[in-house]
Amino acid sequence: MTLPYIPNTQADRQAMLAAIGVASVEELFADIPAEFRIGELGLPPALSEPELVRELSALGGRNQPVDDMPCFLGGGAYRHFIPSVVSEVIGRSEFATAYTPYQPEISQGTLQTIFEFQSMVCELTAMDVANAGMYDGASALAEACLMAAAISGRRRIALLSTVHPHHQAVVRTYAFGRGLAVDVMPPDDLALSGEHACLAVQQPNFFGYFLPDVEALERAVHAAGALFIVSADPISLGLFRPPGEYGADVVVGEGQSLGSPLNFGGPYLGLFACRQQYLRQMPGRIVGRTSDAQGRTGYVLTIQTREQHIRRERATSNICTSQQLVALAATVYLAAMGKQGLRQVAELCYHKAHYAAQRIARLPGYSLAFDGLFFKEFVMRCPQPPSEVNRALLERGIVGGLDVSQYVENGLLLCVTEMNTRDEIDRLVEALAAIGGGA
Amino acid sequence: MSDGPRQADIGARLTFDLGKPGRTAFSLPPCDVPEADLPPPSLLRRELNLPELSQVELVRYFLALSRLNYSVDSGFYPLGSCTMKYNPKVHDKLACLPGFTGLHPLQPLATVQGALALMYDLQRWLVEITGLDAASLAPAAGAQGELTGIFMIKAYLADRGEEGRTRVLVPDSAHGTNPATAAMAGFEVVTVASDSQGNTDRQALASALDDGVAALMLTLPNTLGLFDPNIGRIAEMLHRKGALLYGDGANLNALLGRARFGDMGFDIVHLNMHKTFSTPHGGGGPGSGPVVAKGHLAPYLPTPVVGKDGEGFVLATPERSIGRVGSFYGHFGVLVRAYAYLRTLGAEGLRQVSDNAVINANYVLARLRPAYHLPYDRRCMHEVVFSGSRQRAKGVRTLDIAKRLIDYGFHPPTVYFPLIVDEALMIEPTETESKEALDAFCDALLAIDREAEEEPQVVKEAPHSAPIGRLDEATAARRPVLRWRREVGDGS
Repeated sequence: MTLPYIPNTQADRQAMLAAIGVASVEELFADIPAEFRIGELGLPPALSEPELVRELSALGGRNQPVDDMPCFLGGGAYRHFIPSVVSEVIGRSEFATAYTPYQPEISQGTLQTIFEFQSMVCELTAMDVANAGMYDGASALAEACLMAAAISGRRRIALLSTVHPHHQAVVRTYAFGRGLAVDVMPPDDLALSGEHACLAVQQPNFFGYFLPDVEALERAVHAAGALFIVSADPISLGLFRPPGEYGADVVVGEGQSLGSPLNFGGPYLGLFACRQQYLRQMPGRIVGRTSDAQGRTGYVLTIQTREQHIRRERATSNICTSQQLVALAATVYLAAMGKQGLRQVAELCYHKAHYAAQRIARLPGYSLAFDGLFFKEFVMRCPQPPSEVNRALLERGIVGGLDVSQYVENGLLLCVTEMNTRDEIDRLVEALAAIGGGA
Repeated sequence: MSDGPRQADIGARLTFDLGKPGRTAFSLPPCDVPEADLPPPSLLRRELNLPELSQVELVRYFLALSRLNYSVDSGFYPLGSCTMKYNPKVHDKLACLPGFTGLHPLQPLATVQGALALMYDLQRWLVEITGLDAASLAPAAGAQGELTGIFMIKAYLADRGEEGRTRVLVPDSAHGTNPATAAMAGFEVVTVASDSQGNTDRQALASALDDGVAALMLTLPNTLGLFDPNIGRIAEMLHRKGALLYGDGANLNALLGRARFGDMGFDIVHLNMHKTFSTPHGGGGPGSGPVVAKGHLAPYLPTPVVGKDGEGFVLATPERSIGRVGSFYGHFGVLVRAYAYLRTLGAEGLRQVSDNAVINANYVLARLRPAYHLPYDRRCMHEVVFSGSRQRAKGVRTLDIAKRLIDYGFHPPTVYFPLIVDEALMIEPTETESKEALDAFCDALLAIDREAEEEPQVVKEAPHSAPIGRLDEATAARRPVLRWRREVGDGS
């Protein structure tokens, strides 16, 4: 059997074994005790490239991608426009097949783009420093909570109840490890004490709405001596004021919206930024600017004494490999959309979502579940259970919203982005009218 | 390297410094709905400092940066412990099929059965390859896989009323992620020494092992590239004391089709898809770090796992699950590539992967042993660790050797790790390199050894041919500049 990815020929192997001084490859595995050596693995037979393409295409064909249908589903993963330059850049082998830039002299491409990324995240969030990225929005939030506990020496984490439930769940998993308690509290009934390391909020929240009085929250958090953690939708930051302007100590977010496809949930990207004073407690990789002996500007991994490969059990986190290629996609996306584009995307989301919400809310049986300012998502109360509404929409070739009836009676969380045309929205409205017709 | 005009100081200019107000690289449709009222300005953003580039400026900028990188596709990249094998192009192409990239994680399961089938089969194959019982693909990377595994052990012990097991043992040769992970899970870390052969010192293990130990985290083969022949006895020692054996699967590339973690007594392992199953390393991610466990730990796997319900596939939460470790289901885009890799190779191909990885490493060992000190003088598995101590005696450090390799056109090996080897040079060739590539690399290291003797200055001042010289890392850490600011960009 010859494989395209293994260049050694039989003759090569014989020559190499002779140079090594063994008669057969078996001798090289002699340290494995006989009792543990195995016969052939039970795996399906190997495929040639055309057969592989056929099999994977068939598997892909058994799915119904949301790009083929009007889609109004969000809930933490969003369909936004991705300019073609993004895949062009991240598809370059020089970026895709390198690894962690341990040797800066031959990794300036990766290092400089990380520096760009950190700079852009700082600009977006209005924070002082940012790291090179975390696994996803949820793990970034969890790491922020652990960081707050380490900084404050306190053992309780407070989360607003309107944080994405999956993100809450990840915070719980991480908190379990460190033996920290997690208290979930509604925004209108904060019960912060001197035991709380932080309050984490999501802005806009899981239901798409901005917190009505974020200044009051900020004051309450800081009065309790806790850190104020804000998980923000980066697209919203093209239009709405950044968390750095309302007192956030740490800002995290899900960066998938910035140039990455939905990809059935991953790989995504955790954004992580904080105030200067917390730099040395920050998890993750950080790139800094410096120069060589000739005075040429270059970039290196820096402040590494926080990290596992140096500090081992005293590291701020165990994170090692993160999401560099996804962070590069975000960097190219933000450079391509730029100052005007990101605002335009955010405005399109805002206007289209409001158009959809207003039209649906006028249908008999439907109403907006909440008052207040929303961005691109909103919760609609439906005349029937949302699961049935979604099923009926799918029959009409429309991907509906997220069923949030466990939080809001008959609540359907709908998402509208710049990818939804007026025609699609009108079709949704007509379909909902027909589905709710009996109401 | 570059076929365009060379920029004198490419690092001094970022996207922020390029372009002009008013330029754009994008085009979006006009708003086709009536505009809604915006909230009051106090809630809006006043200023957004992002670049304003034309598309051609943007493409040229990133293209120029890409040329400053060394990558597997540019040449030999023997970065020990990282398994920098060639990444098949067809796998990237297949992972980008619209039937995969266009799937929303929350869309109805009936519309994603192909994706779930893929994940289901991948889980089964990882179970088969490791000889364990159940897998979850949820962890995002190796380090998160470790964290997941150690959380599972913690939860399992708590359910058995064994919270008194507060310590995790970690060999002194371990990756830094192991002790960092154990600490993140609230365990006290106890370091276990290696013996003179590079194996776990069984006496040291015995004296550290008592009723307060939760687990031993072991990499097999270890970071010295050595297979511990006592693995069966080590597993027995742990289990007799009621402790668990955690496997760091970073080095699975040595064992495919040769031995299985489950047969050797491991209770749980994490795997690194980006290493063993050849998904691109991306300049530092995304990786993927599934965990695979024996039956007693399976109920604690993170959610979700993919199950089968009649003819359809479903997402399930194990009975005593530690919960979620990420927003959704893991790095699906990476998993598609790993699936494609396993389908391309099959059982026989996987065995050839390990055979050739091990032959290649031993060939490098044999060729370099005359010139470089081999601290553990025995045959290796998929990687070999030399010490630069002889060259150090001539005034040339391992760091210098690494930098000089750049001039010869190679990515340096991992250096100064594992910590127990003085001036370590950790070389992992992988199976995707040819004998000619290995010979050229060994020739270069032998030439550098002669240079260390004859003209050490050349080595100590290397690299001479890289896009940039050695960088001032001390100043970078002491006076950190971590982001672009207008004052840096303007007037320069």
